[in-house]
Amino acid sequence: MAIVKNDSVIEQEWITVDAEGDLPASDENLIVPLARFKEERDSLLGRNGGLGVQLNPGDAPEDLADDLDRLSIITVNFPAYTDGRGYSYGRVLRERMGFTGELRAVGDVLRDQILYMHRCGFDAYDLKVEGEVALNKVRAALKEMSVYYQPTGDGRVTAQSLRERRRAALQ
Amino acid sequence: MYRYDDFDRQLVHERTEQFREQVKRRLAGDITEEQFRPLRLMNGVYLQLHAYMLRVAVPYGTLRADQLRQLGMIARVYDKGYGHFTTRQNIQYNWPKLDEIPDALLDLAKVEMHAIQTSGNCIRNTTTDQYAGAAADEIEDPRPYCELIRQWSTFHPEFTYLPRKFKIAVTGSPNDRAAVKVHDIGLRMHQNDAGETGFEVMVGGGLGRTPFVGKTIREFIGKNDLFSYLEAILRVYNRFGRRDNKYKARIKILVHEEGIDKIRELVEEEWAQIKDGSLRVDDAEIAHYIEQFAPPAFEALSDDDADFERHKSENRRFANWVRSNVIEHKQPGYAIANVSLKPIGGIPGDATDTQMELVADLSEKYSFGDVRVTHEQNLVLPHVKKADLFAVWSELDKADLGTANLGYVTDIISCPGLDYCALATARSIPLSQRISERFGDLDRQHDIGELKIKISGCINACGHHHVGHIGILGLDKRGKEFYQITLGGDASQDASIGKIAGAGFSEAEVVDAIESLVTKYIDIRESGERFIDTYRRVGMDPFKEVLYGDR
Repeated sequence: MAIVKNDSVIEQEWITVDAEGDLPASDENLIVPLARFKEERDSLLGRNGGLGVQLNPGDAPEDLADDLDRLSIITVNFPAYTDGRGYSYGRVLRERMGFTGELRAVGDVLRDQILYMHRCGFDAYDLKVEGEVALNKVRAALKEMSVYYQPTGDGRVTAQSLRERRRAALQ
Repeated sequence: MYRYDDFDRQLVHERTEQFREQVKRRLAGDITEEQFRPLRLMNGVYLQLHAYMLRVAVPYGTLRADQLRQLGMIARVYDKGYGHFTTRQNIQYNWPKLDEIPDALLDLAKVEMHAIQTSGNCIRNTTTDQYAGAAADEIEDPRPYCELIRQWSTFHPEFTYLPRKFKIAVTGSPNDRAAVKVHDIGLRMHQNDAGETGFEVMVGGGLGRTPFVGKTIREFIGKNDLFSYLEAILRVYNRFGRRDNKYKARIKILVHEEGIDKIRELVEEEWAQIKDGSLRVDDAEIAHYIEQFAPPAFEALSDDDADFERHKSENRRFANWVRSNVIEHKQPGYAIANVSLKPIGGIPGDATDTQMELVADLSEKYSFGDVRVTHEQNLVLPHVKKADLFAVWSELDKADLGTANLGYVTDIISCPGLDYCALATARSIPLSQRISERFGDLDRQHDIGELKIKISGCINACGHHHVGHIGILGLDKRGKEFYQITLGGDASQDASIGKIAGAGFSEAEVVDAIESLVTKYIDIRESGERFIDTYRRVGMDPFKEVLYGDR
């Protein structure tokens, strides 16, 4: 198991709890599911450690609108790679709500989906393989394609804007 | 016609190489069939009953001569010498070998073609009117918008793992030849009160086991806003479409369960937030795409051609073909020539390598190198001079491509059925062949007039039986094939879903049953009525009676 972010393998510095589990010590970094965050919001915000929220399919990222600047990380769970709801959550969080913290894909995160996740605003990937292997998968996935038709918030230049630039240069 | 630029070419090339690596990993045993499955599906490779099947995209049903010629070459080199044109305006090859498919894809890429997104739960090939740019009744050529949709939907990072597949169809004519009302999104070009051309947007149409006619979500969306509006619909569907049951996952179920008003509210709310963003396409960019589909260099001709008229009066078979297969063109002196892939007793939609090459040659000589594929599984030479029609027909006729049956009872849509398909519950090709033979006589077909028979070999309805004037659904009852008949379906602007007539028929009975329906129609029709018109006037009962009597 390795988390890849910014072209390197990073340490797991977060403890993820489920809907009912006991909370760790107040100074530990904690990720809770959205439903629990909504229920226990005030006490969770009063802890000393970092706080993150996990979105599961069916959740509404809009529910975090008032608290985004209090969250260091949002994880989006892909329970199966075929469940693509998380891609929309990524774009809504980044492009509409302006979330700037870490956006981590967790669950069934596979090589062939990483580029799409990156295009939808994800910057960290929790893979089920070890260190170097995980890093190499992410690197390979991110450079497999070099032409992009859709404008998303990922900063990649689309084919359309390259065409426009070329036309402008030729005029 | 649209030509790839270096960006399009690069993208398809990278995809081809990516798939070659994936096939290599599969053949080396590095990945299992289970892991390989989604990768191959995204590249149009299915595993069928007997072999792999490769489905190649024909974007909006438009082919250049060199592309069709290459499709013929691929049929010869990688298959058994034929291909099958489908209801999605695509072509399928039934017998490719897995280790050769990357080479076939490379050969496709050489002529700017691919198999991207011809399967999988993503946005599929956009389909449109096969007469786009040629039809006399067209408001505007829809293909520039189809090409923009193709690019927007290709590898869309957010919409590649939708709840289920997603199909978009566009018509630029009020006479809908693209069945837009039975697609996930149907777009109909029209003018608003201000005189601007835009689109009526319909959602939630579809066939399969739960058929629906699409509902209007927006009366009018301007061209500049079309893409942000599509993105808003897709985002709502991706977020809220059902994923708990594969059979309830299409957008039609979401629209049905939530109601069109609720879906409209969600879509409008989403759209309001993105409509002024980077998906807004300006007039200059649209103009650039319109230019790429500019009309070919038509000659200024009189609409009457003496030789054409003479050939018609001298050659009855040619005259018959003109009567059924030739359609009015917007340019005087030109015509739209339909190439039937439904020879009497043949396999609907199949074409051999040499037939494809012949049509490619004819298109180069007589139709500005332009060929279309129809969702009714025929080909079209869209821009033929009337003066050349006789020469075109003569060549087609020699190659068994000159059948004069467009829109007639033998112009049957049929899925591949149990002869090929792993999902099928009954055979559909042999049945379509027997119906074709029964009604083969041309005078009789002409007398019967327009009658659309559509056959599916299972409930997934690839053969569009729900929208056949007469629909036939092949099922399996305790190991025996039987066929359920539906009446009154229609895929046009007057779309309707057919109703089940009653108990199914055995394979031995079904052709007689169809004939009794046709005979009844002939008996009771009023002047000028097509089968569907008579059905709408008299309803199910008279037809039920001939099928079942007192049964």
